[in-house]
Amino acid sequence: MNINWFKYSSPQTFYPLAGRMIPWFAWLAAVFAIVGLYISFAIAPTDFQQGEAYRIIFVHVPAAWMSMVIYIVMAGWAAFGLALNARLSAMMAQALAPTGAIFTFIALVTGSLWGKPMWGTWWVWDARLTSELILLFLYLGFIALQSSIDDTRRADRAGALLALVGVVNVPIIYFSVKWWNTLHQGSTISMGAAPKMVTTMLIGMLLMALAFWMYTIAVALMRVRCIMLERERSSEWVKQLSGANS
Amino acid sequence: MNDAWMTVLRRDLLLALRRRSDVATTLFFFLIVSSLFPLGIGPEPAVLSSIAPGVLWVAALLAGMLSLTRLFATDFADGSLEQMLLAPQPLALLVTAKILAHWIVCGLPVVLLAPVIGLQYALPNDALLVLVLALLLGTPALSLIGAIGAALTLGVRGSGLLIALLVLPLYIPVLIFGAGAVAASQHGMSAQAHLSLLAACSLLSLVLAPMATAAALRISVE
Repeated sequence: MNINWFKYSSPQTFYPLAGRMIPWFAWLAAVFAIVGLYISFAIAPTDFQQGEAYRIIFVHVPAAWMSMVIYIVMAGWAAFGLALNARLSAMMAQALAPTGAIFTFIALVTGSLWGKPMWGTWWVWDARLTSELILLFLYLGFIALQSSIDDTRRADRAGALLALVGVVNVPIIYFSVKWWNTLHQGSTISMGAAPKMVTTMLIGMLLMALAFWMYTIAVALMRVRCIMLERERSSEWVKQLSGANS
Repeated sequence: MNDAWMTVLRRDLLLALRRRSDVATTLFFFLIVSSLFPLGIGPEPAVLSSIAPGVLWVAALLAGMLSLTRLFATDFADGSLEQMLLAPQPLALLVTAKILAHWIVCGLPVVLLAPVIGLQYALPNDALLVLVLALLLGTPALSLIGAIGAALTLGVRGSGLLIALLVLPLYIPVLIFGAGAVAASQHGMSAQAHLSLLAACSLLSLVLAPMATAAALRISVE
């Protein structure tokens, strides 16, 4: 048996495959989101302590999960690209970064929207909030470095190295912030242990997480298609493609 | 191998000695930034001594970062960096010599100047001692981590600002443990845990940062 593992590692073959996959992931994202939102808003019971305001966790928690997962996946693609010198891996890393940054931002904003009625302030220097903020900085650094280098090959490899350095640092930063937070125990209100969740709440949250996953894949594929066209614009297959379209 | 290492170190120190204004800029920056805070906040000793650890550490962070862009830029411009890349000695090793020189030129003076500024902030004597110790243990990590950022942004437009964006988030653990050590001794607690963690940060970055810097230099120069 002779499988060509690298068949789809060239932009030329991956471009149409990505195009065929996008609608599937986009529709799945829509379906999961509709069902998830229905469960979150209509079926899940009102929390007896937090009232209706708790419902923001259905967006907040999946967004926070995705913000971390995407960084790891991005660093994984970056490492893959650096080790095997595969162009497409670096493009995937580049395509994932904005989505990761957006989810980090969403997690921060929804967190502060939830914090206002619950804790009475928009922002506390809680360990999780702080490390999420630092994660946003790491994403912005990656995007800024990649976009400020004109030579794409160098931009890819420099970005990949930065992502790897970041991934080594994330646990160190997380624990340092956590210890810092417990030492400066003052006005901070810890979220503490997650309260026991009703099954419907959990299902709603998991469905929303799945929706976010599907959305991320769909959007990353769309973005990687754009990046491929932009970078390979002088190659034959892109010229044929644009010739066929016009 | 030792010869090459010593040569790079001696060369960088000699260059710094010949261009004293570079060192002076870093020191004056540290001095000015840390003198601005009392002017902005007010002269009450109680307030000043409570913000002193954080302010002094942030000022040291920024001062060290300011000089990072020069770490490889001049060598890149005159071609000696390419010679280092081509040299038979491992690049990561030569890089440690350059980083050590950077620390001696930009880190060590800040460490020595810090207690004087600490006095302005009404820090008690034992806190001053811990401040010096913490800076001594922590600033090598700043130079080491900063070198990765300097290598990545070598020759990139707007590298001065970009380096801040890349490096400052990675400095956070050092800032937390460094300022924490001083604050702990101010509150009558032992600073040992913080100092150990600072030393751990420096040792870990001593192992990993030169390799990452060497890889980044190869990416940037090729």
